[in-house]
Amino acid sequence: MNVDSISNGVVIDHIRAGLAFRLYNLLDLDNLDCPVAIIKNVASKKMGKKDIIKIDSQTPIDFDVVGFVDPNATINVIKDGVLVEKLSIDMPEKLTNVIKCKNPRCITTVEQEIEHVFILSEEDEKVYRCLYCETKADI
Amino acid sequence: MRSVIDIIDLTPEEIDDMIKTACDIIDNPLKYSEMCKGKKLATLFFEPSTRTRLSFEAAMYELGGNVIGFSEASSSSATKGESVADTAKVISCYADIIAMRHPKEGAPYVASKNATIPVINAGDGGHNHPTQTLADLLTIYREKGRFDNLTIGFCGDLKFGRTVHSLINAMARYTGIKFILISPEELKLPSYVKKNVLMANNIPYVQTTSLEEAMPELDVLYMTRVQGERFFNEEDYLRLRDSYILDLQKLSTAKEDLCIMHPLPRVNEISVAVDNDPRACYFKQVLNGKYMRMALILKLLQEA
Repeated sequence: MNVDSISNGVVIDHIRAGLAFRLYNLLDLDNLDCPVAIIKNVASKKMGKKDIIKIDSQTPIDFDVVGFVDPNATINVIKDGVLVEKLSIDMPEKLTNVIKCKNPRCITTVEQEIEHVFILSEEDEKVYRCLYCETKADI
Repeated sequence: MRSVIDIIDLTPEEIDDMIKTACDIIDNPLKYSEMCKGKKLATLFFEPSTRTRLSFEAAMYELGGNVIGFSEASSSSATKGESVADTAKVISCYADIIAMRHPKEGAPYVASKNATIPVINAGDGGHNHPTQTLADLLTIYREKGRFDNLTIGFCGDLKFGRTVHSLINAMARYTGIKFILISPEELKLPSYVKKNVLMANNIPYVQTTSLEEAMPELDVLYMTRVQGERFFNEEDYLRLRDSYILDLQKLSTAKEDLCIMHPLPRVNEISVAVDNDPRACYFKQVLNGKYMRMALILKLLQEA
């Protein structure tokens, strides 16, 4: 399968297979009017299978969101068809207004205009917990 | 502004100081009887809790202060849709310190971020209840005379029991502690508490389903109620409710100086016959709760 190269834009590579749609949704890429490609289950020597997202514009990417969904993903910035920057990312310590707490007893379910904040609580197991009720976040 | 939302907001040294204060209050109540004269405590109880609210109110009155507030959400502006943040800002104009209970987890934290006066979490859903833990700590101290080298058994609902999680957190900071966790499979201590508190601090613990087997080893036995309000499924609640009932027969193998605790209210998990046993400390816990709330109110008002 061929997907055209992009000349000016961003490629999010090495996404763990199966997480591209989650990342697409959390990055709100649906609202972009430029071409965006999600390529699933691409063969990878290192990972076996991986997902890739290609965005054909210089859209700012929220690194925290990428780091939350898959800290092993890489971000490649392409300008005039040339790779100008390859960035690896860390898991963010704090995630604000990216996901919402699923605990029906959490104050965030009723308090108006409250920030939805998650804190990295167990880095080795990639666990984020709600700042308010400490419920574990779904990735 | 200093607030207490979680027991870990207080250092072990601060807790030790508050225990000293509480013991001094017990010995010299008159010395403290006017220490909060002219100060107002606002008890904002968005869900009913007779015991905790009255304990806070009694604590403030015994310090010579006054109390304003409400005892259920229906008599507050929450029924008109007012946010917790706004309520905290408004009450800051009327009172000097807030004690808040709320069914939503994290509500007192939100209040503390918006109030200009100290906020004490008086229980937020199944999450935190730090002043219960302070009551528990004073009880252990007064009954056992120490916090180190104790084998503490927790029995019943260790999954949803917030008082259990808080007390484990608090006791994990002392040396020579061993925990015995007695519960049915469905109500075991959550793995993140085991990992983050017990394993992280190299604290020995045993998980068992048998109260009888654990009994002879215990210095402290902390019984809990299986709380119906924490279950979404009535069937599960009814099945687990009667898992463990402490009676005189089960106590026959216990140490003579065992300290039996319970955060109350009890349903049926401790037989009434146990109440007359000198090892029953759960009503002393209630009294200790008032003294520790007095010590906490004093501390926060002095720091404000």
